[in-house]
Amino acid sequence: MSNQSTFADIEKSQLSASLVTANKRAQKTRALLLAPAVLTIFLIGILPLSIVLVYSFLEPGSYGGVKWNLSFDAYIQLLFEEDIFEETLTFNTAYLQIFWRSLSLAIVATITCLFIGFPMAYFISIQSAHRKNTLLFLVTIPFWTNLLIRTYCMLLILRDQGALNLALVNLGILDKPLPLLYTDFAVGLGLVYAFLPFMVLPIYTSLEKFDFRMVEAGSDLYASRFKVLTRIIIPIAKPGIAAGCILVFIPSLGAYITPELLGGGKSLMIGNLINLQFGQGRNWPFGSAIALILMVMVMISLFVYLNRTTRNEES
Amino acid sequence: MLEKATRSAIEVRSTTKIYGNDRASGVVAVDDVSLEITDNEFFTLLGPSGCGKTTLLRLIAGFEQPTQGEILLFGEHLEGLPPHNRSVNTVFQHYALFPHMTVSQNISFGLEMLGIDKIEIRKTVSRMLELVQMPQLADRKINQLSGGQQQRVALARALAPNPKVLLLDEPLSALDFKLRKEMQSELKRLQNETGITFIFVTHDQEEALTMSDRVAVMKDGQVLQVGKPREVYDHPAQRFVADFIGDINILRGELISTKKGEAKVKLASGFVGDAILPIGVGDISGVVNVAIRPEQLSFSNSTNSTLPGIIKEITYFGSGLHYEIELSTGETIKLRQQSVGRSNTEFSSGETVNIAVADDAIQVLVD
Ligand SMILES: Nc1ncnc2c1ncn2[C@@H]1O[C@H](COP(=O)(O)OP(=O)(O)OP(=O)(O)O)[C@@H](O)[C@H]1O
Ligand SMILES: [Mg+2]
Repeated sequence: MSNQSTFADIEKSQLSASLVTANKRAQKTRALLLAPAVLTIFLIGILPLSIVLVYSFLEPGSYGGVKWNLSFDAYIQLLFEEDIFEETLTFNTAYLQIFWRSLSLAIVATITCLFIGFPMAYFISIQSAHRKNTLLFLVTIPFWTNLLIRTYCMLLILRDQGALNLALVNLGILDKPLPLLYTDFAVGLGLVYAFLPFMVLPIYTSLEKFDFRMVEAGSDLYASRFKVLTRIIIPIAKPGIAAGCILVFIPSLGAYITPELLGGGKSLMIGNLINLQFGQGRNWPFGSAIALILMVMVMISLFVYLNRTTRNEES
Repeated sequence: MLEKATRSAIEVRSTTKIYGNDRASGVVAVDDVSLEITDNEFFTLLGPSGCGKTTLLRLIAGFEQPTQGEILLFGEHLEGLPPHNRSVNTVFQHYALFPHMTVSQNISFGLEMLGIDKIEIRKTVSRMLELVQMPQLADRKINQLSGGQQQRVALARALAPNPKVLLLDEPLSALDFKLRKEMQSELKRLQNETGITFIFVTHDQEEALTMSDRVAVMKDGQVLQVGKPREVYDHPAQRFVADFIGDINILRGELISTKKGEAKVKLASGFVGDAILPIGVGDISGVVNVAIRPEQLSFSNSTNSTLPGIIKEITYFGSGLHYEIELSTGETIKLRQQSVGRSNTEFSSGETVNIAVADDAIQVLVD
């Protein structure tokens, strides 16, 4: 009897020991399996950002690069101009204007994309399955070529001797070409053109799942077409609209190619400013500071947005 | 004496709805239907799948426009009036509740659209919640409700704006048997309490018979017969109606005399009995189909004016027995016997019996 019980005990302890090792092994495997993801996040996300953060608190080197001295100049420079002779700081809005232009262009582009993209997505979602696929395919065609090339085409259309102006002049609508290129309008148009698909696709996805019998239910309950849109379709499609707005707003705010080509040197956006600092300006800390501020702006707007939408959902 | 004045709530005048281009290439979903549904009535459209019940409701609600004909709501022509301007609400077959709203928001939606003030809306919503017996679920989201609860919310939502006519498209079809029975009596109660005209769609004949004031039986877009449940059940005019509602025997017979609705018919087996002619039908003569309900037949000791036959099969169904009997002509006839307190005469398979037919039980069919 006692022998048996000891056997059982030994077996039990062996069993629990093997369980422990199995557990450890599982943990190890998990760590190993996770490693590539963690490493990737670290290498392409955290590490570069940390470098940017550190650089923004250093002094610029004479020929680019940085000097390893702690300095807040990069952040001060954003708002104040240093008089070289008197060494006094005067308030300077030049950079703030660029920030403001970026922000307003991004907002306008997002709203424009929403107003064009929502009807487009709606239209696609009510087509037959076959036509849906064709139309979606057409929406994604611009992605087939590089954004740079597409923006050049935009430039060709908008310039004084471009297709648009030629057409308007030849039709007798205008006497002389309208200076469209190198204006905020051109940049805004370029942004809308570049990012419209990012608005259409998520909205389409949420409308695709939309049960259009809800529309009938709404109008059965005395809702006019407009009320059906605002009280039923838009609230149900809200996740798609939110995703679309975020997907358009963020790249618009940091856009580089579009303002570079269509804004010329005149209509600068944050992206161009950053590029300038790392290139001609040779002021890497300043460039880093602007990049960080851009990131903070995006994060704040996302935070505000998400906060508002979740609160709306709760109420 | 004085009859209670009956107003017609809905009048459908020779209305046809064709999906597609024309009769030949399209689908004739509603085919020259004329109906008059009176105020306060519980009216049921009964028919098999695809017979055009939903289409008829959609025409009344305004989601479809008739290809021909016209529809009147309390004497007012509905042509060209969009759904949101018709005082008609629908309980959809699939409920179509708004998923982004709570139960009470769903119920208040129609009232808000009508521009009724907030205090009034709140009162109505809580009254509706009482009516469908779910006030404790007012703040639930729709996806947190069971099927039966959703069905009741759909009902409350459609009733809240106090429409002149309520359309119900197979609202009970998704429910299990017990809940269905409960909801049937609840619907009946609601209709009594609110006095709203109900147009109810079902393909369940029992549901139609138990709930309705009047029933319209439809087939292939046409209304075959309209009447009180009893009339439609006891005196089906057509073979399709007879077959569709309840169990029935269809036998061949010959009309031997017709006089003002009274007729004598001679069945193939030689049996001669009084028969009832279908209402509103002109001349019928010669060989016809007649219908006899299984419960109108009974066993008899006498061989006088009875049908002789041999019992083929006996089935027990709880409250009674069901016999399949072969007549001398080779036709099989169904006989249903309710169990009653005193013991029934026991028969067994293969036995020769005489079958008596109750008065007024033989109904002559048009086709
Ligand atoms: N939008 C449409 N386009 C073409 N044909 C249609 C359309 N809607 C219905 N039909 C056809 O019209 C006929 C009647 O359809 P309806 O939906 O009215 O039938 P129902 O009696 O409600 O059937 P169920 O009991 O299955 O709901 C069917 O043959 C159907 O295929
Ligand atoms: Mg239907």
